[in-house]
Amino acid sequence: MSDPNGLIQPGRTAPGFTLPATPDGGLIGPEQFRGRPVVLAFYPADWSPVCGDQMSLYQSAAPVFAQYQAVVLGISVDSIWSHRAFAESRGIEFPLLADFEPKGEVARRYGAYLPQGEAARALVVLDPAGTVTWSYLSPPDVNPGADGIFDALDQLAADRKVMAG
Amino acid sequence: MTTPLQVTARLRDPVTTADHIRGPADAAVTIVEYGDFQCQFCGAAYPNLHELLRQRADTVRLVYRYFPIANVHPYAERAAETAEAAAVRGRFWEMHDWLYEHQDQLDPVHLSLGVEQVGLPPDELNAEVENRAHADRVRRDFVGGIRSGVNGTPTLFVNGVRHEGGYDLPDLLAAADAAANA
Repeated sequence: MSDPNGLIQPGRTAPGFTLPATPDGGLIGPEQFRGRPVVLAFYPADWSPVCGDQMSLYQSAAPVFAQYQAVVLGISVDSIWSHRAFAESRGIEFPLLADFEPKGEVARRYGAYLPQGEAARALVVLDPAGTVTWSYLSPPDVNPGADGIFDALDQLAADRKVMAG
Repeated sequence: MTTPLQVTARLRDPVTTADHIRGPADAAVTIVEYGDFQCQFCGAAYPNLHELLRQRADTVRLVYRYFPIANVHPYAERAAETAEAAAVRGRFWEMHDWLYEHQDQLDPVHLSLGVEQVGLPPDELNAEVENRAHADRVRRDFVGGIRSGVNGTPTLFVNGVRHEGGYDLPDLLAAADAAANA
């Protein structure tokens, strides 16, 4: 069932899950990365026909994500085989998760599933404890970039500093 | 419930004298391009930006910043660092133009020939690129771009606002004229 309230909102605990992921099909999910911020990047499909597609962009920004010790997980309903070929062709080294069977189940739980049978283009940032700290729904044909993600990660780092102080 | 932070599309790193700038310092319109020398769309935009600067020589200036998407374009980073090595010698735009006019010749061997054609010592530049002497500068441009909402290449900011239109000459002229009259 998809979330009738739309995309998951800040303050909610992120639903746990694992999905088969690149490179080797092993199961990966956000709970494995507790203690670090996790960026869930839902996207409609592998193989969008542009140079700077969203997943390639995030790969090229890997050193910046590393500065925040943030983990990026790409999620679409494509199969692990499609993900593998796509990751290989674009040099994507972070995990791409196959929300393939039951189709779109994880996307639905996050309120990021579209009626046409694809994941929405949605960004969800989890804090190190697994609570949603920021979420953003982009039109499917608009690459949302990464600026919103890094603003959210900055905010997280600032909040933690206040807590520690 | 509203999203507390919005995805923005405004230039966050202001233009400084450290930038590579072509056109009058007092131009009413500043276009900042985030580009990748191996990107075909940047290559397609290149002659149009050139023509825009020619037709609006008094009102428009162009700033070029590096945004290599290295995982897709294996020669992009090296090309960017080579351009920066040329920039250190006051030859940025000559190198920039050569790169966009020879996008099918960005492999190391041809790139060295390009450096030579621009009139710079290829061995010296090669050594700097091998030592990653200019990697920080390229990285700084890239990070500033990603923080400003660059989501692919080319991305243009016209007087600080991301250009959402096309890169054909009429689109660019319209965007520049609108900004000049704003």
